[in-house]
Amino acid sequence: MSTSPPSLLVDDLAFAYPDGHQALYGVDLRLEPGERVALLGPNGAGKTTLVMHLNGILRGGRGRVEVAGLPVEERNLQEVRRRVGIVFQDPDDQLFMPTVGEDVAFGPRNLGLPEPEVTRRVAEALAAVDMADATDRPPHHLSFGQRRRVAVATVLSMRPEVLVLDEPSSNLDPAGRRELAEVLQALPVTLLMVTHDLPYALQLCPRSVVLDAGVVVADGLTRELLADRELLAAHRLELPFGFDPRAVG
Amino acid sequence: MGAGHGHGGGIAAMYVPGSSPVHRLEPHTKLVAVLAFALVVVLTPVHARWAPAAYLAFLVLLLGVAAVARITPGRLLRGLVVEVPFVFFAVLLPLVSRGPRTDVLGLSLSESGLVAGGSILAKATLSVLAATLLAATTDPRALLRGLDRLRLPSVLVQILTFMIRYADVVGGELRRMKVARESRAFRARRVGALKVLGPAAGSLFIRSYERGERVHLAMLSRGYTGRLPTGPVAVVGGRSWAAALSLPLAAGGVLAAGSLLG
Repeated sequence: MSTSPPSLLVDDLAFAYPDGHQALYGVDLRLEPGERVALLGPNGAGKTTLVMHLNGILRGGRGRVEVAGLPVEERNLQEVRRRVGIVFQDPDDQLFMPTVGEDVAFGPRNLGLPEPEVTRRVAEALAAVDMADATDRPPHHLSFGQRRRVAVATVLSMRPEVLVLDEPSSNLDPAGRRELAEVLQALPVTLLMVTHDLPYALQLCPRSVVLDAGVVVADGLTRELLADRELLAAHRLELPFGFDPRAVG
Repeated sequence: MGAGHGHGGGIAAMYVPGSSPVHRLEPHTKLVAVLAFALVVVLTPVHARWAPAAYLAFLVLLLGVAAVARITPGRLLRGLVVEVPFVFFAVLLPLVSRGPRTDVLGLSLSESGLVAGGSILAKATLSVLAATLLAATTDPRALLRGLDRLRLPSVLVQILTFMIRYADVVGGELRRMKVARESRAFRARRVGALKVLGPAAGSLFIRSYERGERVHLAMLSRGYTGRLPTGPVAVVGGRSWAAALSLPLAAGGVLAAGSLLG
C-alpha cells in the first residue's frame, strides 16, 4: 500500500464562491485504492462543493486535490475527468444522449478511444450494472432504477479510478435500491458515496466521513459513527425510526 | 421524478419503423434527395401551361416512393397538417390579387391570384409530402446523424439532439405542474387563470434552464470538448446515392421535359 499513491487525496481544501459564500474551510481526505467511503453531512455542509473539486469543475481555492497521484490542474483536466467518475443525482441530467449505448459511449469517445475499444467498454460497463440488453433503448423508456444504473455505467465505461455517487439511493424503490447496492458492491473501484441514507452507507461503506459547515468533523468506521448519538445529533444526521446500527452485520 | 414512461412524444410520432429500401437508405442521402426534390418543385415555372401536369407527375413520383416505403396515404395526409397556414394564404390570394378577373361559383376572383395561389398550394404540398416521407422513414436520431454528416454546424445538431432527448422530460414536468395545480382546485377557464399560468410557464423555463446547467456539468465531467462524439460512419457507395437521388433526378427530368416540350 505504501508504494501506490492514494486514489484520492484532498489536502487543506478551502473554497469560497464568487458571491463570497465560503463553502469549505480546509478539508482533508484520503482514500486508499479500493476503499468504499460514505460522505455524510446535513444539507449545505459543502458536500457538493467538495465533489465538484474532485474532477476540477470547481478550482481556484486554497489547498490541493490529487487523483491517484495526479494533481487536479487545468492541464490535467481531461485525464482527471477520466479517473474520477461522478454519477449525479438525477439520471435525466446524466443521460443526455438519444440512446443508452451512445450515452455510455460518450465518455470513451471523448477520450478519443478507437471504436472497437469503445464498443467493448460499452458492453462491459452495461454488463457490470446488469443492463446489457438496454444498449439501443432511449433512456426515457427505462424505469428510474434502471436509469440510475445506466448512469453508473456511463462513468464506468471510462474505467475510473474513483467512482463518486451523489445520493445514489434517492427516489429508488426498495428493489431498485437493493439492485443498485448489489451492483456497487461488485465493482472493483474506489467509491465515494455522498448520501443522507445512513443505512445505505452502513451497508456499502465500511468507512464514513462526516462533513459539516465546510470541515471534516468525523472520520472513522461507519458502524461506530452511526452508533454515536451525540455526533449524529450535533450534525443533523438521523437514523430511520427503529434502525439500530449495532444490530446489523 | 416519476418514472415517466411518456410515449415517443410528438417528435418521434412521425416515424414509422420499417425495413423497406427507403428506410434502409443512409439518412444523409435522403436529406439531400428531399432538399433537391423541393428545389426542383420550387423551380417549376408558375405560369407555364404544363405546370399542372408537372405537379401531377411529381405527386405520382412521391406516391411511388410512399408505396415502396409502405407509408399509408393516411400517414401522408397527417403530415400535411403543418401546411395549414399556407393554405389560408393561398386561398386568400385569388380574392385580394388584381388583374383580369374570372367568375367561379359566383365569386369574382383574380386570374393571376388563382394561378399563384394554386401553385403555392401545389408546391408547398409536394415539398411537405416529401419531408413527411423523410420523417416517416427515418428515425429522428438517424436524421440527426445525417445532418451531422452533412456538416450542419455542430451546435445546431446538439441543440436538436437535446430537444429530442428532453421533450419528454420537460413534457413530464409540465404534466406534473398541471396535476399539482388542479389538485388544488385550479381551473384554467377564468381570465384570472392567466395570472397563474404565466408564472408557471416562467418556472418551467427556469427549471429547464437549471437542468441545462446540470446536464452541462454532467457532460464536462465526462470529458465533453464541445462536440458530441458520434460513432463510426459507414462509407456510402455510389449505389445508395443513386437510389436516393433517383427521386429528385426523375423530378428534374419532368422539369426538363416540360421546359423543352412545353
